[in-house]
Amino acid sequence: MKRKLVIIGAGMASGRVLEHLLAAEPEGWDVTLFNAEPRGNYNRIMLSPVLSGEKTYQDIVTHDDDFYAQHKINCRFGEAVVRIDRENKVVYSNEGGAPYDKLLIATGSAPFIIPVPGHDLPGVITYRDMDDTQAMIDASDKPGAKAVVIGGGLLGLEAAAGLKARGMEVAVIHLMGHLMERQLDPAAGYLLQKDLEARGITVHCKGATKAILGTDRVEAVLLDDGTVYDADQVCMAVGIRPEVRIATDAALEIGRGITVNDQMVTSDPDILAVGECVEHNAQLFGLVAPLYDQAKVVAATLLNKDAAFQPVQTATKLKVTGVDLFSAGDFADANGREDIVFRDPARGVYKRLVIEDNRLIGAVMYGETGDGSWFFGLIKDGTDISDMRDTLIFGPAYQGGTGADPLAAVAALPLDAEICGCNGICKGTIVSAIEGGATSLADIKAQTKASASCGTCTGLVEQVLASTLGDAFKMPAAQPMCGCTDLTHEDVRRLIKARELKSMPAVMQELGWKTSCGCHVCRPALNFYLLADWPEDYHDDAQSRFVNERNHANIQKDGTYSVVPRMWGGMTNPRELRAVADAADKYDIPAVKVTGGQRIDLLGVKKEHLPDIWADLNAAGLVSGHAYSKGLRTVKTCVGTDFCRFGTQDSTGLGIKLEKRLWGSWTPHKVKLAVSGCPRNCAEATCKDVGIVCVDSGFEIGVGGAAGMDLKETERLAKVATEAEAIDLTVAFVQLYREHAKYLDRPYKWLAKVGLEWVQAQIVEDMDNRAALIKRFDLSQTIYQRDPWADRATPQARADFAPLADLTKEAAE
Amino acid sequence: MNWPNQNWLDIGALNDIPQRGARVVKTVHGCVAVFRTGDDQVFAIDDRCPHKGGPLSEGIVHGHAVTCPLHNWVFSLETGMAQGADEGAVATYPARIEGGRILLDAKRLIRGAAA
Ligand SMILES: Cc1cc2nc3c(=O)[nH]c(=O)nc-3n(C[C@H](O)[C@H](O)[C@H](O)COP(=O)(O)OP(=O)(O)OC[C@H]3O[C@@H](n4cnc5c(N)ncnc54)[C@H](O)[C@@H]3O)c2cc1C
Ligand code: SF4
Ligand code: FES
Repeated sequence: MKRKLVIIGAGMASGRVLEHLLAAEPEGWDVTLFNAEPRGNYNRIMLSPVLSGEKTYQDIVTHDDDFYAQHKINCRFGEAVVRIDRENKVVYSNEGGAPYDKLLIATGSAPFIIPVPGHDLPGVITYRDMDDTQAMIDASDKPGAKAVVIGGGLLGLEAAAGLKARGMEVAVIHLMGHLMERQLDPAAGYLLQKDLEARGITVHCKGATKAILGTDRVEAVLLDDGTVYDADQVCMAVGIRPEVRIATDAALEIGRGITVNDQMVTSDPDILAVGECVEHNAQLFGLVAPLYDQAKVVAATLLNKDAAFQPVQTATKLKVTGVDLFSAGDFADANGREDIVFRDPARGVYKRLVIEDNRLIGAVMYGETGDGSWFFGLIKDGTDISDMRDTLIFGPAYQGGTGADPLAAVAALPLDAEICGCNGICKGTIVSAIEGGATSLADIKAQTKASASCGTCTGLVEQVLASTLGDAFKMPAAQPMCGCTDLTHEDVRRLIKARELKSMPAVMQELGWKTSCGCHVCRPALNFYLLADWPEDYHDDAQSRFVNERNHANIQKDGTYSVVPRMWGGMTNPRELRAVADAADKYDIPAVKVTGGQRIDLLGVKKEHLPDIWADLNAAGLVSGHAYSKGLRTVKTCVGTDFCRFGTQDSTGLGIKLEKRLWGSWTPHKVKLAVSGCPRNCAEATCKDVGIVCVDSGFEIGVGGAAGMDLKETERLAKVATEAEAIDLTVAFVQLYREHAKYLDRPYKWLAKVGLEWVQAQIVEDMDNRAALIKRFDLSQTIYQRDPWADRATPQARADFAPLADLTKEAAE
Repeated sequence: MNWPNQNWLDIGALNDIPQRGARVVKTVHGCVAVFRTGDDQVFAIDDRCPHKGGPLSEGIVHGHAVTCPLHNWVFSLETGMAQGADEGAVATYPARIEGGRILLDAKRLIRGAAA
């Protein structure tokens, strides 16, 4: 007698089960197939090509009416099962019941909906089935229609690309810092974002959806940061969770999914489960490869054969035509793991392999994924890769058994391989130049133009020299920024501007960084370069700043902080002094000191008190003195004409004006100014970064002084007649320094490299350039001249500065 | 708080710590620094640098390592070992993430680093 098999869900997993089962035992089963969707099994993963118009629904049907008829399957499509009666072994839909000997639950997943206001407005959909896909296709019919996709993971991006291909204007909102963060690292995420933006898709990372707006229908999406995107259609693709409702009601054992054993049997021996709805060994499944393995096991179990399900590694590809992306295995940083990173900025190629114990355990690839399956094989098989380590990243084509010569990969490159992307120079051209007598990088640059433009291929050119000339070539030792790159600070600065690199992942990708997220040496420098060069585009990264700049206070050797309010030009008054004294009392400040920069330092403040003391000082009109910053510190002044009998100009007034103009600006290193009222120089202006000495006929401006580890007198930049000109020159000088100096070079060190004459040519003689520098400085100030104390005297900041948890009381019990 | 019946103690949300950042948890034995790395893993180590006591929670986080803010010693967040030429180590504590919450092993926190 035929046994009765009831299947709930006609999805990708149950389709496979049917094939295996009916192939082995065509006449053994009387199958009833329920499906909530009004259709049978189709290839869900191909919905994206249907959405983009590259395929039709008919193309993706996997089991058609003929198949069901031939196997006499009782199809109950459009009927959702609402109850399982385990005692009597019957399942029910609203239209009636069906008895079973064996039951297979294959209900897949339900998309997650973030419960923001407006999530239930018409026009808000998820992306899971053919109906969703059709709804999006219909929405795109309206000319000029706009879509917002919430979620920048696999599904969201496929939806976005599909909608764009249908002619909609598309914005993707993604909560995390980079796209597809579960499959990609920041570098690959950056390349992906660049590719999508090049197609005209707007990408908004770090965007938290606050509400979906509209009256009868969706009209727009509002983010936490206030951004609003107009939308005729919103697609939420923020994640899925196993569809377990009927199993829960039937009191089957449930974790996050329906719990199954290795045979895919649930806690009820007559009920099996398969697909995304199951949980096996605490693991859930969201890709089809493991589901197909499960399907084989389900069929075997039903046939009373031995089989056990074992999860396999999965690999991901994004099905967006023209985007090449591959990720597999585990690519998190960890101890004992090593990275091999390859970047070809000119072609937008990024490859990263993660190695542990001489085995490949993870791979991320962007732009060129042809070798993906070969790497995936190495991961799955746990192959020992020690022998091919040096050339591994070049893929199977270079595994000729040449051994461990680090230059082998370059030596193995074909002659038509492009080395210099800027000038289109192939390896062959360089080799013939070498054969013609070139022996140095300079020769190659002069003769072929290779590495003569952006310079990023310098290393490769040198390797071609080394592999062609052998011992006759000595690799030069430039002083690179840090271990993450071979480029110098100066090169990096130049390339950031020349190639308009506006984010940290952009710099790291385009300039071939060797680590995935930099280090404590390069990140603070890059953060400064980017904010100085692109004040409007770049977002300051607190986590790439040293502790003092992150916490806006100077850390002391015992872990407490010092707090210094600004006293403009060294001037203060009883009200401010009272506020400082009150704060010192209230927060039990152990030491109060007058600094060398004419202000008052409160030493020994606990970190969690910082936002409170700032709020108190703010209330008295005091703002941060930036005593901790690589930025403008103080403008020291003497009393000048107001009180001193020798004074020639209002030195205090000029000092205050300069400080008000320059405060809050970030610079490569700290910047200190002083203004003295006469050559007696009571403000010690001649050892400052910029020092102005007033004389009867005007103002003498000196630059590049130092009174620290090095002692140096300022050099005369210019003498000007008016106060306005003195201010202009000072601002232009600071901006020139901001734009050109190496991070952590004080102005005197930078001047020693570029020369005073060059600086004079830029800002004293070239009036247009002076004006342009001032304009750029002022633009930057519109963004960065903010009191960091006022910004942080908020409940959120208070919470951030406090310990995450205090267990001292509990542990004492 | 689940304390003291359970070993795993919920000390806060993952999002309370910025990526590549850290926060401290106060214990009777001193502060423990809880780090969130760029790839969203959490690690807990003593907040005192063995060199001169620098607060490691205030260092720059890169990969699975942190650089001490005072004199730039670099420590592995996984093993607590100083990297490169420097010698020394800090205690590490079991930490994990579940459903967006950070869990630390309460027993280890009470026993402190010495045990
Ligand atoms: C747009 C898209 C693209 C994807 N791309 C990929 C990819 O490239 N690679 C990859 O590996 N995976 C991809 N996936 C994931 C893949 O489709 C799923 O892993 C797979 O479909 C899960 O199979 P399943 O049988 O468990 O569930 P499903 O295929 O979802 O089938 C479950 C079926 O059960 C029905 N059902 C649910 N509850 C009931 C009920 N109570 N009564 C009756 N019927 C019910 C549902 O209507 C559904 O038809 C993609 C998914 C989507 C949506
Ligand atoms: S610098 Fe000249 S003007 Fe200023 S206080 Fe000294 S003597 Fe007076
Ligand atoms: S205290 Fe940490 S390096 Fe010195």
